[in-house]
Amino acid sequence: MATSSKADGAADLDNMSGVRHVVLILSGKGGVGKSTVAAQLALALRQAGKKVGILDVDLCGPSIPRMFDVEGHDVHQCPGGWVPVYPDQDQRLALMSIGFLLQNRDDAVVWRGPKKNAMIKQFIGDVVWGELDYLIIDTPPGTSDEHISVVENVRQYHPDGAVLVTTPQGVAVGDVRRELTFCRKTKLPVLGVIENMSGFVCPHCTECTNVFSKGGGEALANQFNVPFLGCVPLDPQLTRSLEEGQRFVDAFPTSTTAQAIGRVAQTLLQTGGQQETMETS
Amino acid sequence: MTVITDCPGTDSEDAGKTSACQGCPNQAVCASALPKAPDPAVEEIRERLSSVKHKLLVLSGKGGVGKSTVTAQLAFGLARHEDTQVGVLDVDICGPSIPRVMGLEGEQVHQSGSGWSPVYVEDNLGVMSVGFLLASPDDAVIWRGPKKNGLIKQFLRDVDWGELDYLVVDTPPGTSDEHLSIVQYLSSAGLDGAVIVTTPQEVSLLDVRKEINFCKKVHLPVVGVVENMSGFICPSCQGESQIFPPTTGGAEKMAADMGVPFLGKLPLDPRIGKCCDEGKSFLSVEPESLAAKAYKEVIQRVEEFCSSHSNKENVLNPVE
Repeated sequence: MATSSKADGAADLDNMSGVRHVVLILSGKGGVGKSTVAAQLALALRQAGKKVGILDVDLCGPSIPRMFDVEGHDVHQCPGGWVPVYPDQDQRLALMSIGFLLQNRDDAVVWRGPKKNAMIKQFIGDVVWGELDYLIIDTPPGTSDEHISVVENVRQYHPDGAVLVTTPQGVAVGDVRRELTFCRKTKLPVLGVIENMSGFVCPHCTECTNVFSKGGGEALANQFNVPFLGCVPLDPQLTRSLEEGQRFVDAFPTSTTAQAIGRVAQTLLQTGGQQETMETS
Repeated sequence: MTVITDCPGTDSEDAGKTSACQGCPNQAVCASALPKAPDPAVEEIRERLSSVKHKLLVLSGKGGVGKSTVTAQLAFGLARHEDTQVGVLDVDICGPSIPRVMGLEGEQVHQSGSGWSPVYVEDNLGVMSVGFLLASPDDAVIWRGPKKNGLIKQFLRDVDWGELDYLVVDTPPGTSDEHLSIVQYLSSAGLDGAVIVTTPQEVSLLDVRKEINFCKKVHLPVVGVVENMSGFICPSCQGESQIFPPTTGGAEKMAADMGVPFLGKLPLDPRIGKCCDEGKSFLSVEPESLAAKAYKEVIQRVEEFCSSHSNKENVLNPVE
């Protein structure tokens, strides 16, 4: 249970007290698919019957609202804080992103570190998540203000850990190894590495081309002795779904991509289940 | 309903005093400082870079679209004539890719009496990056904004480039400390403009429109937009696929909508990524490829932009 380490009386006022598992999606490298993985993982966990929230702390480039076709939705206040955006009637998916707070979607958020830190603290403390099985935190690339602030602010809730996303090529892996160092230094458990955009199967002839090389993610996981969570191929259907705010894993459940995501979700569920067993024993 | 307003900047006259400052942990620090004099570094930087004819930023807003790739190939291309002097400055402090893509991994920076020496790929192509200051490829630079700004200031003030025809600056994704600092510190030295890189799909364009608006806000001219990873030709059957589909019209339409030039499309060629991993110039390795021809056209347009703009006239207004 992701409980705060405050006194029992104060726990009721803590908006995170109903969140059972916190998982960060990190990379270090931009454009590898963190938001894509965060979104698809959330959907896969929801398919498995869980209530899931996504907190998008990419303040300069918030992608989550569009991926769920809820761009332009407003965030409302309630006595406990901010109400997340629920794309569905059943409210089993809850979203928060700075994208919902912009007056114009083309507005640049030109903030230096201190203001970004203050916003992230608010996002973690002031969103009324209610009861959630999983809170997935989508991050921007890098190892800077946003990452330091997120880890500092969620530490008290004992996050399950971080899923690291990379693409196969050396230039990407070169940044992601730094992110693994960041996890080590901040004592954030690493749940594993996903190698995304790993191969493209030509729809005309089914030949697979390693557009961004192959194998770098697996090699990195082995080198750092962390779990390798699998390869996810480049899939134009996935890209198109994201563009249009469609639910890819719901629409194409038998695709290689959806199955790969499903396996990652299973790993999270198993890790989370083990944790709960430990806590209740 | 929360309204997002911008930080006025820690160096601004209004630092700590605007409504945007309410609740910022840095507010007391900003508000208590004496009336601001211009940072002396701005003048030192202007002087240091007075021997640089043209200064270009490579921006995106979106990560992973190919800023470092385009920066490197642009630099290799600009330096094709050995009497053109080119410098590359990598201010992506958390994710410095330039050493690797330019074949300089493992190199160290040396100091001389006149400052830091760039690391040279060729006699006429020098590079500076925080990557050269790290002891190991696993080392993470886990710095908050102010410390990153300090290093950027040092890079601009202390690197001894000598006479340069072009200085190309690679940036991280976003519109934050690094971008504000580069623009502020170069406000007197003059910037010719920004090359904006994107991929065709809307998820990228969403962030890139913000970056273009950032440029407009700080009065930074936009040299043009490059659409990278634009179409993939299968090496087996030559069939074309749009791996990153331009569902909302792609970068060309976005550039037209935002009133900025469009520099061209660069196709997705697996050999480009391979060259970047190996630190080679793609233009040298595959000069007859479609992608290399596309790059050459983009480079030519950048050269034309620079030669038609005298950088002495490009004095930017500092961010308010």
